[in-house]
Amino acid sequence: MTSTACFIIVSRNDIPIYEAEREDAAQLHQFILHAALDIVQDLAWTTSAMFLKAIDKFNDLMVSVYVTAGHTRFMLLHDSRNEDGIKSFFQEVHELYIKILLNPLYLPGSRITSSHFDTKVRALARKCL
Amino acid sequence: MIGAGKIKQYSNILEKPLSKGKQEVSLSAFAFLFSELVQYNQAQVDNIAELERRLEDAGYAVGARVLELLCHRDKGNRRETRLLGILSFVHSTVWKVLFGKVADSLEKGTEHEDEYMISEKDLLVNKFISVPKDMGTFNCGAFVAGIVRGVLDGAGFPAVVTAHFVPMEGLQRPRTTILIKFAEEVLQREARLG
Repeated sequence: MTSTACFIIVSRNDIPIYEAEREDAAQLHQFILHAALDIVQDLAWTTSAMFLKAIDKFNDLMVSVYVTAGHTRFMLLHDSRNEDGIKSFFQEVHELYIKILLNPLYLPGSRITSSHFDTKVRALARKCL
Repeated sequence: MIGAGKIKQYSNILEKPLSKGKQEVSLSAFAFLFSELVQYNQAQVDNIAELERRLEDAGYAVGARVLELLCHRDKGNRRETRLLGILSFVHSTVWKVLFGKVADSLEKGTEHEDEYMISEKDLLVNKFISVPKDMGTFNCGAFVAGIVRGVLDGAGFPAVVTAHFVPMEGLQRPRTTILIKFAEEVLQREARLG
């Protein structure tokens, strides 16, 4: 499957704490995802669900967002239509994120530097997307 | 060796499941740990306000994590977007997980629109602590106030949270009240959401 995908985790204070790329069109992808942050901001207060589905489009790429209880946003840039796969991907990453957060030495809102986390996220991406 | 029986060893915390675990912690162990936390901080500061602030910061870290964990585990991935929703989440779910019971009462302040109070007859952290007279209004409930502030702040409801002793007739020890004063933007957003 050669679909392009870019995944970032943005903290409550709009600072990216984790990024993962499939290919190397890095700048454009991150620009699109950050531009979608405003939309997420408004949308997050209108619903109590965590998975916000596809909230923005750019050419043929779609932005899907998942907001956690602590307002940490998982944003995925993709061109596939596999909604269930994306939802289960977000839920699995959410569990991993909570485990990282439970570490008392991890400062919430700081960059996630664990290489294990990176490996697991990439494995999940290959599996679900 | 403490604790017989084999536990499965996980090579990495990310492999470990997010289960509920044993749900019970030894009260005396917690009381000792908390008293050590207070004494450690007391040795490092010279005034009461600073001590309360440090306890609050310790609680804030707990609150931020409790919010994420409980919303995922107990609330099936639903976020709270309304004021009353998050307050009842703190008053029941958070209290139940941390202290084994729901809080005694949740009241709305009469003088100001933005004030709410959660009261507890016998707050767990204050149970084994007596405050000497020369420390004035110092309250170890500042730790719990910090937890509440961590939960509210994380959910997007910034507030100033403090702990106070309220003497009650008929009770030997005063009851503890956690006073929550929400920031202006919270009320504005509530009004906007209708």
